Amino acid sequence: MNVNAKLPEDPVTTRLHRGRAGRPGDAIFAGLARGAALFVTAVIAAIGVFLLWRAMPALTRNEVNFLTSREWRTFTPDSLAFGVLDLFLVTVFVSAFALFLAMPVALGIAIFITQYAPKQTKKGLGYLVDLLAAVPSVVYGLWGLLVLAPALQPVAAFLHENFGWFFLFSAENEGLVEAGFTIFTAGIVLAVMILPIITAITREVFTQTPTAQVEAALALGATKWEVVRTTVIPFGKSGYVSGSMLGLGRALGETMAIYIVLATASSDFRWSLFEGGQTIASKIASGYAEINNELQAGAYIAAGLVLFVLTFAVNAAARAIVAGKGVH
Amino acid sequence: MTTALDRPVKPPQVFPSLSTRRKTVNNLATVLVFGSFIVAMVPLIWVLYTVFSRGLTALTSDDWFTRSMRGVLPFFEGGGAYHAMVGTLMQGAVAALFAIPIGLMVSIYLVEYADGSRLGRVTTFMVDILSGVPSIVAALFIYALWITTFGFSKSGFAVALALLLLMLPIVVRSGEEMLRIVPMDLREAAYALGVPKWKTIARIVIPTALPGIITGLMLAVARVIGEAAPLLILVGYATYINYNMLEGEMGSLPGMMIAELNNPSGPGRDRLWGAALTLVLIIALLNIVANLISRYTGAKKK
Repeated sequence: MNVNAKLPEDPVTTRLHRGRAGRPGDAIFAGLARGAALFVTAVIAAIGVFLLWRAMPALTRNEVNFLTSREWRTFTPDSLAFGVLDLFLVTVFVSAFALFLAMPVALGIAIFITQYAPKQTKKGLGYLVDLLAAVPSVVYGLWGLLVLAPALQPVAAFLHENFGWFFLFSAENEGLVEAGFTIFTAGIVLAVMILPIITAITREVFTQTPTAQVEAALALGATKWEVVRTTVIPFGKSGYVSGSMLGLGRALGETMAIYIVLATASSDFRWSLFEGGQTIASKIASGYAEINNELQAGAYIAAGLVLFVLTFAVNAAARAIVAGKGVH
Repeated sequence: MTTALDRPVKPPQVFPSLSTRRKTVNNLATVLVFGSFIVAMVPLIWVLYTVFSRGLTALTSDDWFTRSMRGVLPFFEGGGAYHAMVGTLMQGAVAALFAIPIGLMVSIYLVEYADGSRLGRVTTFMVDILSGVPSIVAALFIYALWITTFGFSKSGFAVALALLLLMLPIVVRSGEEMLRIVPMDLREAAYALGVPKWKTIARIVIPTALPGIITGLMLAVARVIGEAAPLLILVGYATYINYNMLEGEMGSLPGMMIAELNNPSGPGRDRLWGAALTLVLIIALLNIVANLISRYTGAKKK
């Protein structure tokens, strides 16, 4: 048979061919999808640009150094003074404290769910931890203020009385320790709130531990804990760290819980857990009444920009760790 | 019957017994691991118990679901959360109304069209950024864009826009995940029959992934509905019912909580916890429905 002979015109292929050339539906749909992607990308890029643009007029009128001053005076547009140093330090300090509390617990839960819990209950237990994330932050704030703070009062008093000489537990304002609306309480509330994020990511990485490694460790006579220590933890370490960074990012930006729990005492920041203070986010939230004049709003927007950059840096670092290790 | 010599008196020792140190460390680790789970469950149960036990008083009063707080003096009993529920649900619904088409189209682009292109990578990166944006920053952005630049007034719609920003990454992510698990065979079968690509996506890929997409959307709504930070900046709190999204103050459950927080009287506390319980119940309901949908229909994860 001569394979090179010209085939008779096939009506089906020609129709398909003509159809493909002129399928307006495809072009429109692809355009819509691409348009949506472009739109969302543009909007997100606009967040940074807009905040910067809107902060500019206020920043040029700022009478103190924005990054190194502790002063915040925005009641009158004529004499604006806003420095974010204290806000920045409180934000970082309370988030770091929350991370310090949440990280070991999250590691424990992730190991518990992936290695120790019976197979049938794994899903349910994971769901239970995720429930923690479903409770809105304003409810955590409420609980922190009205329930947790009074309950923690004896612990706080004990720490302050016995370890008050240590800078973390010292207090300038004894009444604040008594009332409990301190960085200590706020940090614990934050720790509860970021726990599910860290756990979810750590759990996911831990379940991917190669079975061969686990079995090899078992074959060498390792105990359950030795299996975890020699295979699961080294394998999932980068996932655990990046999950913690994402948790930190969440803690840095958390607004309502801090806004409700933390007393807005305005002494200088002193690296003590028994102080009040304001984070960038809670400062913006508590200044909502002032956010209606362009210049005053600009001061808060400038603070918001700092928060945006800070959370972006932390989240980007978290993602870089994941990408670097090839863990999904 | 032989009973005595069924098995050796002492089992043969194949493995040497563990050293005391290793045994202790193992036991200690087990205790710590179990302990950390219990430690995490304490706040969860504590929070839920508090909200339920303290919120029930308000919820079981006759007027809670039918009346607003209009004309109710702060220190007196009565009033309800109807206005707040209406506001919260309207803001959530409007945000979802925009988030579905935009987010779904973005995930369709990423799964069906991007194919490693630069726009695809940039979009994934940007959506990642958005998922890390604090709600207060999203609210400030909407303030800078919608109110300062476009000159609109503070309104429920502005809040919905901020919620939309917070919802988008969740919708895109879950949509992407669901579209990716639609088997390639389905698409190829459709192409082989000469179905155009867009029709394949609209008629075959999306319906297959739909239950998962709806689940993701409901979880996204549940996630943002309790956000209070945008409310503070973008709309005031009204004690009456306002159906107008574009103008005026608007009640909402988180807003009601913040308002009642400043009211230390007994009725005020009841309403405060009542609003919290109502909010938690709405979120729980959305979560349960989402779970039922994903359990009983359509594509399964993994």
